[in-house]
Order: sequence, then C-alpha cells, then structure tokens
Amino acid sequence: MKIAIASGKGGTGKTTLSTNLALLLAETEKVILTDLDVEEPNSGLFIKGNLIHQEEKFKMVPQWNSEKCALCGNCQKVCNFHAVIQLVDQIIVFPELCHSCYACSELCPTNSLPMIPQKMGELREYQLDDLTFIESRLDIGQEQAVPLIAQTNKYVDEKYSDEIIKLYDAPPGTSCPVIEVTKDADFVILVTEPTPFGLHDLTLAVETMRELDKKFGVVVNRYGIGNDDVIDYCESEKIPVIAKISNSRRIAELYSRGSLLYREIPAVKDELVKVLDFVKGNLARGEM
Amino acid sequence: MKIVFTTKGSEWESAIDPRFGRTEYFLVYDEENDELSSFDNRAINDVAHGAGPQTAQKLFELQPDVLITGNGPGGNAARVLGSANIKIFVGAGEMTAKEAFEAYKKGELKEF
Repeated sequence: MKIAIASGKGGTGKTTLSTNLALLLAETEKVILTDLDVEEPNSGLFIKGNLIHQEEKFKMVPQWNSEKCALCGNCQKVCNFHAVIQLVDQIIVFPELCHSCYACSELCPTNSLPMIPQKMGELREYQLDDLTFIESRLDIGQEQAVPLIAQTNKYVDEKYSDEIIKLYDAPPGTSCPVIEVTKDADFVILVTEPTPFGLHDLTLAVETMRELDKKFGVVVNRYGIGNDDVIDYCESEKIPVIAKISNSRRIAELYSRGSLLYREIPAVKDELVKVLDFVKGNLARGEM
Repeated sequence: MKIVFTTKGSEWESAIDPRFGRTEYFLVYDEENDELSSFDNRAINDVAHGAGPQTAQKLFELQPDVLITGNGPGGNAARVLGSANIKIFVGAGEMTAKEAFEAYKKGELKEF
C-alpha cells in the first residue's frame, strides 16, 4: 500500500506526520518511508538509522559533437525546453534545462548530439529496526526534481513489495514533482493548517488530487490557530478530516530538536492512530 | 555602433526593465543612422523555463555592440552572451532608456 503525504502549502507538517507515522507503524510492522522532497529532504533529521545502501543517480543529457554537425538547427527546433540553442556556428546545451526526452539526439541527422549521463543527485537507504528509510537528494544547481523522484520510486518498487506499507513524504505545492509522487499512491494525506494560506493552498491540492482521481483525506495540523474555514471547507466538500493535531509550543520544541512527538505527547499518538485506522480501514473495505 | 536596452516599452522615455531573460522589450538604438527601433519580447511570459538563453539568442540575432540593462543576465544567458562579442553594462534598472544612454555615455554604468 502506498500512502503519500502531501500538502499544497509548505511548512504545514508533512515531515512531522511522515516521520512520526512511520516510526509508530514500525513498532508493529515493516514500513518503508521515502523522502521524495528531493530539493530539500529533511525526514532524515528525525530518523537515525544505519546507512545500508548509497548510489549516485544520473540523467541523460545531450553533448554536442562539433565535427560532424551540419548546423541545420533541427535540435533547437525540436527542443520544447530551450535546452539546446544554435548560435550561428555553434550549438549550446543547457543540461539543467534538459528533460532527457532524446528528441534532439534522435532527430539529429548527423548524430552530433549523443546522450551522456550527468550526475543529478544521490539516493541513500537507512535501516532502523523495522523501518526502512530512503531519501534522495538533488545536487546543488540541478533544476529538475522529477527525474530523481521517478528513479527513486523505481528503486523502491523494484526492491520492496507493495504488500509492505510505503509512506512517501512529498514536496510542497501542486506542480510536477508533487504529481510524480502522488500519481501512483493508493491514498494521499493532505496536511494543512487552519489559516487562510493553509485553506488557499489546500483547495489547490484538493483540485489536483481530484484531477488525478485519488482517494484523499485531510489532517489539520496546528489545530486551534487561525479559524474554522478549513474545517467548514472540508465539510462542504465532503472531504474526510482524518485527524487534528493541536497547536502547541511543546511540539515546536520537540521538532526543533529533531525529536519524535508521539513518544512524548499522548494526544499526538492518539491522532496518529486515527490516521492509521482510517487508512487501513479504507484498505480493508477494499475502497482503495 | 548599435546599442540595445532591456526596456518596458518602445520609446526613449520607457523605463529600463531590470530583468534580462524576461525583459518586455529590447529598445535598439543605431547610433550611426540615429534610428530607434524595438523588439517585443513579451511572448517570453509564456515560457516557464529557459527564458534567459532564449532572450539571449534573440539579442544575439540583433547583433548589437552594447547591451544596457539592470541586474545583468543570469548564468545560462551569460553563457550565450559570452559567445558573442557584446559589451554588457548593468545598473540602469531604475532609469529610463534615455537616462541610461546618457549615463552610459558619461561612463557611469558598470561593465558586467
């Protein structure tokens, strides 16, 4: 079972929920948590496991070979991302803009743009008792998260069966990286905060999940601040509010030290149990 | 000498657009013939990625001797402009094209 934890707005508690949920689950069964917020993965701050595997990840980009090039300009015409441009008698490639679609390379009449691997980031895998934690980190200067997310997903799927519960910590927003994380999920948990900003971005995330035809529910974090608009919105849209984690200074303190919440605060554990019961209940009823 | 300004309009009184890649216009001044023309670059708004190299390519086609702009081109655009023999002057972000031209003449703009 694949459960993605996404949000719309950043800083609402995706990582807090992901790490606490994963470690609570791992007390009774095998769990895999994958941090796919590859531009700034931070689940690892809360999980101190043993490094069991590490690999570099590459994407394919064209490299210009000037000897055979006829300077026909076809490459720049077929590139939708302006990653290849022709300046009079030379071709310039911008690897960071390249989406590895191979069009320029395949359609070059003189084979002057062979594809070569370029390092874009690293994947690391840690083990902590029954929790397997995987994170990928994009190299500085790389502009695209999607290829690394896709390769990380592939790694997890090839190595681990879907019988195991797989949690995915998604990036914020509703753009391509979030789509890449959530498109194969059986269930998506949208974490929000009860503020106008939280509501605004939640509505965008809800629209996105509906477009993807996903089952999803909402967890309200920092409950007690702001207003009731998020709760009212979920009610009127018939979106289940699975859990509410109260706003508290104690939580912020624990978080800032990289500590887990549920071991210290029983009320948080109660809310996490609600999330697990809801998701597992859905699964048991064959609703996923 | 041909001088190009990144601008928000097509006249001498137009403000300099401080951005290079997403500049709204290029204002082109041909000193020899005292001719002013412009290139509308606003279609760049529809481009999500790679605005810098694309705008740089347009500029390249205009074949200017000098570019006067605000913040200066970013990394990708600078790579393109590096292949061309164009002198780039920055720091005109809060001026009109006319003021920027005068500042350039007086040597008050910084070379990029």
